[in-house]
Amino acid sequence: MIVRLLGEGQFRVDDAIIARLNELDAEIERAVAGGDEHALWTGLQALADVVRTNGRRLSDDELTPSDAVIPPEDLSLDEARELLSEGGFIPDAVAT
Amino acid sequence: MGLWQRFTLIFKSKASAALDRAEDPNQTLDYSYEQQLQQLQNVKRGIADVTTAKKRLELQYTTMQQQVDKLDGQARDALKANREDLAREALTRKAAVQAQLGDIMTQGQQLEAQQQKLIEGEKTLAAKVESFRTQKEVIKAQYSAAEAQVRISEAASGIGEQMQDVGLAVERAKDKTQQMQARANAIDELTSAGALSDLTGGGDDIDRQLQQISQGSQVDDELAKMKAEIGQGEAPKQLEPEPAAESEEKPA
Repeated sequence: MIVRLLGEGQFRVDDAIIARLNELDAEIERAVAGGDEHALWTGLQALADVVRTNGRRLSDDELTPSDAVIPPEDLSLDEARELLSEGGFIPDAVAT
Repeated sequence: MGLWQRFTLIFKSKASAALDRAEDPNQTLDYSYEQQLQQLQNVKRGIADVTTAKKRLELQYTTMQQQVDKLDGQARDALKANREDLAREALTRKAAVQAQLGDIMTQGQQLEAQQQKLIEGEKTLAAKVESFRTQKEVIKAQYSAAEAQVRISEAASGIGEQMQDVGLAVERAKDKTQQMQARANAIDELTSAGALSDLTGGGDDIDRQLQQISQGSQVDDELAKMKAEIGQGEAPKQLEPEPAAESEEKPA
């Protein structure tokens, strides 16, 4: 499958990494629930690292849509909370 | 649903909502390409805005650093004048400004990283737009309408994602500069309150007292220097000409 690391690019990875992504996701959710921004960043970084180390980067001129999109590594606690509750932090249209 | 699945879902739905599709595949291709070129310009403008805002913040940061130095100097002057209360106040303010400056510095480093990423994102978008331009001609020439729809839909979603990605990066960087600006302005207000009350002649403002002490010690220094130059260290103090303009007393 194709995974997009936001702000970095797209990677082709084996479907099997989904299990690992979900494990890390549980840690991230605990960090958000506990209000621990540092743990949130560590978790997001681990998430991105799994994709980087297990994937191959797509070339810039490929136009393939992604199957999964990983949030930026410096996502703030507020942004993460918003994402988990409403998802309102992503703007409706591309920035002008 | 976990964080990344939710993020994927929302991200992709918003990215595809931003794409317009026409009935005629050829028209869709051309229109979509125009849209992409326009978004690429928007992204470039967004990056330029963030860069300008960041430069302004860097200037402001330097000014605040100078204010820290000034408060430090004022504390020393106050101590020399045996005003420990004022020295304490100046050092308290200095510590407050320094703590805020530390925060701004951390945020500035994050902003720097975001800015780098969005410059790379813009480059990727430009490469994808160029690739789309080539592919659209191939699709127009080689595919039936039904096949073309599928290919167009794929290519447009792929590029829509990239537009959304870099658009979001610009948006976040703008938010960050605004947050930092708000903080910097708050510190500015804190440290410039004294300067304003000087102009209005406010009575017991601490900043004004601190300023007077440093002005006073400056006057003393100059006085001592002049005395040394003229060579009349022992002259009676009352007859010494005042170097500062504020005295209106003249010998009758």
